[in-house]
Amino acid sequence: MGKTLPQDKILQDRYVLVENINMTFSTKKGTFEALRNINLDIKEGEFVTIIGHSGCGKSTVLNLIAGLLEPTSGHLFCNGREIAGPGPDRGVVFQNHSLLPWLTCFENVHLAVERVFKHESQVQQDLRTMDALDLVGLSHATDKRPSEISGGMKQRVGIARALAMEPKVLLLDEPFGALDALTRANLQDELMRIMAKSGATAVMVTHDVDEAVLLSDRIVMMTNGPAATIGEILPVDLVRPRNRLELAEDKNYNHLRAEVLKFLYERHAKKAA
Amino acid sequence: MSVVSIKKENIEAVMKDEKVIVSIMPAANSEITTKKVVRTVAAKKPSKFAMQTRSFFEWALPPAIGILLLLATWSLISYQTPELPGPIKTWHSAVEVFRNPFYINGPNDMGIGWNILNSLKRVALGFGLAAIVGIPLGFIIGRFQFISRMVAPIISLLRPVSPLAWLPIGLLVFKAANPAAIWVIFISAIWPMIINTAVGVSKVPQDYMNVAKVLNLSEWKIVTRILFPYVLPYMMTGVRLSIGVAWLVIVAAEMLTGGVGIGFWVWDEWNNLNVEHIIIAIFIVGIVGLLLEQTLIQIAKRFSYE
Repeated sequence: MGKTLPQDKILQDRYVLVENINMTFSTKKGTFEALRNINLDIKEGEFVTIIGHSGCGKSTVLNLIAGLLEPTSGHLFCNGREIAGPGPDRGVVFQNHSLLPWLTCFENVHLAVERVFKHESQVQQDLRTMDALDLVGLSHATDKRPSEISGGMKQRVGIARALAMEPKVLLLDEPFGALDALTRANLQDELMRIMAKSGATAVMVTHDVDEAVLLSDRIVMMTNGPAATIGEILPVDLVRPRNRLELAEDKNYNHLRAEVLKFLYERHAKKAA
Repeated sequence: MSVVSIKKENIEAVMKDEKVIVSIMPAANSEITTKKVVRTVAAKKPSKFAMQTRSFFEWALPPAIGILLLLATWSLISYQTPELPGPIKTWHSAVEVFRNPFYINGPNDMGIGWNILNSLKRVALGFGLAAIVGIPLGFIIGRFQFISRMVAPIISLLRPVSPLAWLPIGLLVFKAANPAAIWVIFISAIWPMIINTAVGVSKVPQDYMNVAKVLNLSEWKIVTRILFPYVLPYMMTGVRLSIGVAWLVIVAAEMLTGGVGIGFWVWDEWNNLNVEHIIIAIFIVGIVGLLLEQTLIQIAKRFSYE
């Protein structure tokens, strides 16, 4: 709303723009400064992960971009427009999948479709829903309720729901955190495939170093809270498509991995709670 | 049959043998032997019919003992108090009452069936109106903090008021006994529905509301797709409590308002000093209340998503 960026700035390079964000929560014990002076710009089509110890406010950054939270001060832009609340241009995949348990997989995805594409016919909407479920390999489970499918499948439906809106930016909040290692690897590979296909921009919050290096173009490393900020940004210059088996022995990959580990466990180690 | 009996004998024989062994064996080995006994017995299961009979008795025995205890206490008290009829006398009287439940001898002398139906009609009306008003109100209160704070003092003030205290107001406003009785049902049945629905709405997980925000759902979709399915179990609890209260209150209300109804019937029989009928009425009220609640529990189960 209101403030728009000058046209001469290249929007593509600053597709998502986070400017001087400060975030303070008021709690019962007084105020809590979660974020201080966050600045970040994300290119169109880029995959950025935000990594940091738990409680560092990385999910808060994501919720700010999603429009679920309003910053105490500072501005956020998406495609040149200031972010004021959630919008269909930004799809969100939640940490705990957040599917509605009384709706089938199909209905859960359809809920997103019917809102964003409300001018399309019923048939077209149904097709979109099926396509989204097909994309995540779940066309066989459309009529199942969330309680009837595995954790990995639930998260796939969550991804399908976000993708069905055809968002310009996909926001993922620790989407694979609750899954076992094998399922997680599977979904990571699939996410890479889907993102390569759709060309959408992605911002993902994670605490998994391997996941960050494997998926990202850049890794944003956050210092510990309170008053957390961006400590370093690490570019990941590994060629795509990436293969986890080949990367396991790749020198550059292991170097990048070590960089993130050093940041997290040497420079910004979290004291045991 | 013969096969079964042979089997039984076998089991007994095995058990006897084992027992003998147990007694001979040193203590250290007894545990193993006991296990063996259990296994042998389990391998030769008693017939399915015997199992079913047994589990039926295990299921039915405690409540049966409870009812017998009640009847025994009742008999004992009636033995001490000659004016109070005992179970057998009451049973005979009940058979008489239910022989012709739907007779009409003028407006003040109608069969028990009519009395029950009239009471149920009042409850249905009062309770139905309370549901129509209370459930949407609960949704609004749960959804909007401002309105919740606004009505909180009103609810806290009015809820603890005894249902019958509302009767004079009803008589005054409606100038007739029947609507006044329905009004009393309405005002006492509405609170559990408002409160439980509102609590349900306020407990909707923030995750679901975030989904609603991210998907940019309309208020109508939020209510139909997220709030209503989530709140339904809470709402049904409120409805169940309400129907209990409504049925509880009807007897007292009808005692005061008169007309045809189970409460009036009780009062009428008290005036006739027909104590058997009062006891019958107590059982009728209890059983009908039980049936109402069970019906609602079944409906709630049907509509629950879990």
